[in-house]
This record gives sequence, structure tokens and C-alpha cells, in this order.
Amino acid sequence: MDNLTFGITMLVCGMGGTILTLWIMSLVMGLLGRLFPEKPEKKEA
Amino acid sequence: MTEAIINGLGGLTVGFQMLAVDWRNGIMIIVGFVLLYLGIRKDCEPLLLVPIGFGCILVNIPLSDVMSNEGFIRVIYDAGIVTELFPLLIFVGIGAMTDFGPVLAQPSTFLLGAAGQFGIFLTLLLALALGFPQLDAVSIGIIGACDGPTAIYVTSKFAPHLLGAVSVAAYSYMSLVPILQPPIMRLLTTKKERMTVMKPIAKPVSKTTKMLFPLVITILGGIIAPKGLPLLGTIMLGNLMRESGVVSRLTKASENEIANVVTLFLGLCIGATMVGSAFIKAQTLIILALGFVAICLDTVCGVLMGKVMRVATGGKVNPLIGAAGISAFPMAARVAQREGAKWNKKSYLLMHAMGANAGGQVGSVIAAAVMLSVLAGMGIIR
Repeated sequence: MDNLTFGITMLVCGMGGTILTLWIMSLVMGLLGRLFPEKPEKKEA
Repeated sequence: MTEAIINGLGGLTVGFQMLAVDWRNGIMIIVGFVLLYLGIRKDCEPLLLVPIGFGCILVNIPLSDVMSNEGFIRVIYDAGIVTELFPLLIFVGIGAMTDFGPVLAQPSTFLLGAAGQFGIFLTLLLALALGFPQLDAVSIGIIGACDGPTAIYVTSKFAPHLLGAVSVAAYSYMSLVPILQPPIMRLLTTKKERMTVMKPIAKPVSKTTKMLFPLVITILGGIIAPKGLPLLGTIMLGNLMRESGVVSRLTKASENEIANVVTLFLGLCIGATMVGSAFIKAQTLIILALGFVAICLDTVCGVLMGKVMRVATGGKVNPLIGAAGISAFPMAARVAQREGAKWNKKSYLLMHAMGANAGGQVGSVIAAAVMLSVLAGMGIIR
């Protein structure tokens, strides 16, 4: 594989893959944050 | 008998003769002293620069056999670098030390962590353009991860002959983040943007979410980029131990004893790869220059992503936090906070910047993992 093809493939797949993966992770973590919200501490009677 | 005495004395002077024969060893001993000076007197990453500097001196003393087949550093090198074990053990410690709470409170800052990895791929392109072989270019590009263990892991796998130069570049530039980043941040932002006050993060993160984070990231990241699972898995294991709170002995051991011992061995091994004949080349200077470019490009792309987020949120984001989307944790976040406060005393960016910085920590590992899997997909590595 020539260097240009290699470089462009790494840029597109590598950077694209990184952004996509982190975007998916941000969505999943946002969802988890909603599913498991911080509950306020119960005041003792 | 006279001849035997002369021969015996000759054995004591041969080192001096060799030093005169190969001047590069002498230069590298001076380099070792410079690294020690930076670590001891200037407090630049002393935990690494001191063993690296000393390892560099040890290996460049003429006739030194510390890296010969049975040399003591060779034994450590074979056990921890060739097997890729040391960077992974360091990662367990990093995971145990890192609080990902700020990025979980604001998951969109993951995107700043992604933008902060652009430097890796742009530098890879530059290295290819300068004629480096493909896997060498990958190892040089990874300096842009701003993450020592990741750089060592990738380089020891694909370009072990560049390990010294890449590691020194990665750690040196990481410690120079407070000097390198502010001029770029100022250059790319307007005064109005820099003065933006961001609302404090009010949303607390539950313990359940914090515990699920390492598990979800490991599984998700592992499925997408299985080649990087050792990197991702170890950092997340450390973080799970921290957040679960039930294995405090293991957590403390990971962030203290294990990390300290491995750091010492890792530093010595990196220093020992800096043999004069292999290190003093134009190539090394080019790698150091490319490392510099990589970290500058990370900052540029992080700030630009911050500007995009500012537009998308109607001006609520201060683009300075984008510069924190690199892996130098928590140094880059502090730089963003300091720079923001310099322009507006009411601006308190630290928690937002910590989110971007924690995102950058995950981002650098994900970028390396994705890179390895893409290489495997192209059939360049197995």
C-alpha cells in the first residue's frame, strides 16, 4: 500500500473512528446518567 | 610480568579510549545530565526524567553491558517492554488515580477529548510525507496522544528502535504543556470568547453511573477496537477498583507501589534505549520536531472544537476548555482555568476543563485502540 493511501485511510478511519466511538460513548454515558440519577440523601428522622 | 601489568592497566584505560573513538557516547552522557537537570532542578516530570537520564548515562558509558544479553536493564526491558507489560501496569494506576466524574457530568466534553487527538493523525501524515516507514510514522504520530504509556505501548510494538526518541518527546512535551498551549489558545480565540463565563456543572453523578462507566467503556470500546483492549481494559480496571470502593488496598497498591516500581523500571529501560550510535541521528531531531507539531495540532483542533461547541450552544461554551481535551491530566485543565481567569476574574473553567481533560484521557486511549484496529483491518499488523 502506498503512503498516501495509508495516510488518508488512517486519517479518515482513525480520526473518524475515534470521534464516532467517543460520540457513542457520550450518548451511552448520558443515558446512564439519566437512568441512574444521583438520589438526594434521605434526612434522618 | 611487566607485560601482564601493562595489559592489566590497559584494561582500566580502554573505556577512555572507546570514549575518544565514539564521541556520540560522550554527547549522550551530556544529554543524560540535561535530563537529570530538567527532572531534579526544573521539576519537569522528575519521576520519569530522573530514571531516563540515569539509564541514558549508564548505557552510554563505554563497554557498558547493562543492555547486553545478560545485562540487568536488558532483563527488565525484555520482561516489561518487549511484553508491553509496563505501560499496561501504569495504566491500571492511572485509572485508579483518575476521577472521570467531570466528564460523566457533561458527556458532551468527550467530543473535546476526541478533537484533542487530531494531532496524532495529522502528524502521522507529516511523518509519512517526510519519508518515514508506515509503522514508524504511526509511532511518531502517537506522540500526539500526549500520553506516555500509550506512546510507549504503540512504539514498543511497532517501532522499538524509536522508543527512546518517542518517549522522550512524549514526556518532555507533556511537561511543557503550560508553556506550549497558552499562545495557541490566545491566537485562535477572540477576547470575547476567552471572557465567556460558563455556568457551574450542577449535575451530580451517581455512584452507579461511575461504576458502570468503566464497564460500559471497556465493552463498547473493546467491541469497536479490540486491538486496543489491553490499553482500555487496564485503565478501566483501575477506575472500577477506585469507584467500587471495595478494594481500596488494590487501588492504593496500583496508584502507589505498582505504579512507582513500574515507573522506575520503565524510565531506566527508556533511558537505556538512548545509545549514542542509535540516538544521534537527524531522524531523532525530526521526531522531536514532529512531536512538538503533534501537541500543537492537538491544541489547535481542541480549541477549534471548543469554538464549534460554542456556536452550537449559542455562546455558552468558552473555547479555551477545548485545549484541555488532551491526555495531560490534570495539567491541561489547570492551564485552561488559569488562562480563562486571566481574561475574566469571574470565569471559573476548572470543572469544565477537567471534563474535557478526562475526555482527552479516554480519547487518547480510544484513538490508539482505533488506530491499532484500523491497522489490523488493513492487514498491516496481525
